Amino acid sequence: MRELVMRALDTARARGAGYADVRVVGRKSESITVRNRNVEALTADETMGFGVRVLVDGYWGFAGSNRMTLEEADQAAAEAVRIAKASARAGGPRADLGPPEVHQDAYRTAFAKDPFAVSLDDKIALLIVVNEQMMKVKSIVMAESNLYYQRENKTFASTEGSYIEQELIETGCGIEATAVGDGEVQKRSYPNSVGRHQGTEGWEFVERYDLPGNALRVAEEAAALLTAKPCPSGVTTIILDGSQLALQVHESCGHAIELDRVLGTEAAYAGTSFLTVDKLGVLQYGSGVVNLTADATIPGGLGTFGYDDEGVPAQSTPIVREGVFLGYLMSRETAAMLGMRSNGTMRAADWNHIPLIRMTNVNLEPGSWRLEDLIADTDDGLYMETNRSWSIDDRRLNFQFGTELAREIKNGKLGDLVKNATYTGITPQFWGSCDAVCNRDHWVVWGTPNCGKGQPEQVAHTGHGAAPARFRNIQVGLVR
Amino acid sequence: MDEPGLKNIADRVLAASAADQTEVLIFGSHSALTRFANSYIHQNVARTGFEVSVRAVIGKKIGIAATNILSDESLKAVAEKAVTLARHQKENEDFRSLPGPAPLPQAHAYSQRTADCTPEQRASVVATICDAARREGVTAAGAFKTGVSEIAVANSLGVFAYNRDTHASLNTTMMSATSSGYASRLSIDIDDIDGTALAAEAIDKCLRSTDPIAIDPGEYEVILEDYAVTDILDFFAYLSFGAQAYQEKRSFMTDHLGEKVMGENITIWDDGLSPETIANPFDFEGVPRQRVDFIVGGVAKGIVYDTYYAGKEGKTSTGHALPAAVTFGPVPSNMFLAAGNASKEEMLASVERGIWVSRFWYTRPVHPLRVIVTGMTRDGTFLIEKGKITAPVRNLRFTQSYLDAMNQVELIGGETRLHEAIAGVSRVPALKIRSWAFTGATEF
Repeated sequence: MRELVMRALDTARARGAGYADVRVVGRKSESITVRNRNVEALTADETMGFGVRVLVDGYWGFAGSNRMTLEEADQAAAEAVRIAKASARAGGPRADLGPPEVHQDAYRTAFAKDPFAVSLDDKIALLIVVNEQMMKVKSIVMAESNLYYQRENKTFASTEGSYIEQELIETGCGIEATAVGDGEVQKRSYPNSVGRHQGTEGWEFVERYDLPGNALRVAEEAAALLTAKPCPSGVTTIILDGSQLALQVHESCGHAIELDRVLGTEAAYAGTSFLTVDKLGVLQYGSGVVNLTADATIPGGLGTFGYDDEGVPAQSTPIVREGVFLGYLMSRETAAMLGMRSNGTMRAADWNHIPLIRMTNVNLEPGSWRLEDLIADTDDGLYMETNRSWSIDDRRLNFQFGTELAREIKNGKLGDLVKNATYTGITPQFWGSCDAVCNRDHWVVWGTPNCGKGQPEQVAHTGHGAAPARFRNIQVGLVR
Repeated sequence: MDEPGLKNIADRVLAASAADQTEVLIFGSHSALTRFANSYIHQNVARTGFEVSVRAVIGKKIGIAATNILSDESLKAVAEKAVTLARHQKENEDFRSLPGPAPLPQAHAYSQRTADCTPEQRASVVATICDAARREGVTAAGAFKTGVSEIAVANSLGVFAYNRDTHASLNTTMMSATSSGYASRLSIDIDDIDGTALAAEAIDKCLRSTDPIAIDPGEYEVILEDYAVTDILDFFAYLSFGAQAYQEKRSFMTDHLGEKVMGENITIWDDGLSPETIANPFDFEGVPRQRVDFIVGGVAKGIVYDTYYAGKEGKTSTGHALPAAVTFGPVPSNMFLAAGNASKEEMLASVERGIWVSRFWYTRPVHPLRVIVTGMTRDGTFLIEKGKITAPVRNLRFTQSYLDAMNQVELIGGETRLHEAIAGVSRVPALKIRSWAFTGATEF
């Protein structure tokens, strides 16, 4: 491994690179999907490859290959340099990475039970039991449950002298029940929607979420939604559960604080951001109870690691304090543009992609409320759970979310079920209307394993710590 | 690699498998992408890779394993892993068999010019676009992607299918302080991609949309350019036209075949062999693609199948399988919305008060059965009054049933254009629609 890495760096330098780094990534993953009692996919994937990233006279080039030979290291490094020289043809500023980052280290995810060591029969049996529980409910047409776990070994080396090895373990699980009837299709998911919840943990993650103990409830809720009241249309108070709030943070804060977007390099695809550099340190992003932190060091978070893919150590960075916007997610290059130092958020989806600024664990810090007290303190509104749909404009201002389930709140008590619930708003006004956040007892670092960005598109794994929170004067119910 | 190379890999895997039936799916690609923003290249990448996926069947038990390591040892190991996984499986009573061999049609979707494209060629086109932007006082962003893809499918029942194709796609967004304009092109042949014309289209849109005004959300007549219309077909493909959603009654097509579900002027089909698409002769099981009519004159006609979901209805696959590890069921890959005979000028003249939409952004389903989708407009939204564009407007959010919209199409463009789609490509015209629900506005 070290020989291949060093060969690629040497070739890049010899061909004219002023800076080069090499990442070798090997990933082993397994996934099991049970659908209507059938194990529809039982898969094991193994990939390995390397990517060479170079700067030649301040212009970028990258080439990757899965042929793990010294000759291929030469070829990829040479191709990366040729590409970088071509990049110069369109002109523009030369990249500056700021001060060198030199680290020689090793990092491993801490976990209790190796998910690969649990028997396949036990895993399948778990998912079958879960499916059978869900299929007991008459109107369920689709019961699906899945497990996913991966081990990723990464080696990073640079011409500045870094050599970092990491072993990262992730485990995820999810169940879904879909009910059909009365002209409706309704779905409930657990612990999170869009497939599954995931963390940098071992099998203990799956055990903690007790899928069998929740399967029947999930199916019954999906069935009950078929005949539930439609979401009213109007302006009201809403309380969002932690998993929905995690996605709210992801879309309206996490993406908005990516400095590459702010500086325009994602403009054509993912979009830009309303959090332009003139707003740093002065914009009232939210109310005084809104505190956000980007923290790649939390044990178990899906955005937790030792070093990013530029070899910068994982860090915790204040983003919003008492509502005031204070920080970005940065790369070495974008940080240097602001005269700052990277806070270690560059990550690539695999060996064959370049690193981009990606969310780590962007967290809404817990407040002081117990959820029961918060509901009791609310006269009229909706409690909304589990994301169903999400959409936001390309500067991260106008959003609309739908949730799988909502319940009326009347005179401080939870009431009837509500279906097809949506809410909409403009980011700073929305966070400005937040008047209460629940405490650490309700706080979970939700894993989002499906964050898309970049071209070619890369899917990143991000985390978001959140507890339920309340928002006043929110427009709800725009589905007719 | 090439056909003999991929066949050699497939044969080695099949020989190593102890399963009753074995399928080998091999992807190979060399792709490159030159990305630009703020009118310079900020990202420039290339990658080469292969992936071998094995589906092993023992009785009615199925295991899938994949690797991108092509050594003898690795190929033998991946075959054995798939068998091991299958042995741990539960019986899937709905599984019938892997498909058997069938005559494969030929496809012509390869351009040597595209395969030979160099980073210097891409950079030269990008430089042209950036120079055009500078001349007009706007900034350019976008991406130019070229590549060669190979696919081979083989199974122990005698299927062997091989295809290679090329793609060249270029998009650009031009931006001023208050506006933006977008244009994109997609072809198998890089010579079809005219960077100068693309830049001109996006610059024109950007300059015409400066200083947008705010308008109130509500129901408006709309003209959707083809960039927006392709999104409508994507959601029908994803939510409505596949056998899995149909059989689970999650599709509006369920129980409505033979009935009128859209306007009489709407005809939608899938045809992977048409010369007007990026031809695609077989699916990921090696089954030849059939033309499937979904909607003919507004009447629901059919859906797409893979072998598994076809077997559940006693039918045969239409050649629309996804790779075996994907549990989403079959989906269309080469969709068409039939052209009409209207020009954009005629569409514009027909609108009393409405909105011109260049493109949609971040669209997501809100209600799958009714195909209600929410999303934003982007890169050029205009107010139309008395048949003329009178002002650019700030971007709007919509929450609209695409199914309802297909019952309100008044005019259909005479020209169609190819776009990337959810599982392939789509060819669509522009549409004029009587009523569209804009449910919010944003601040730019």
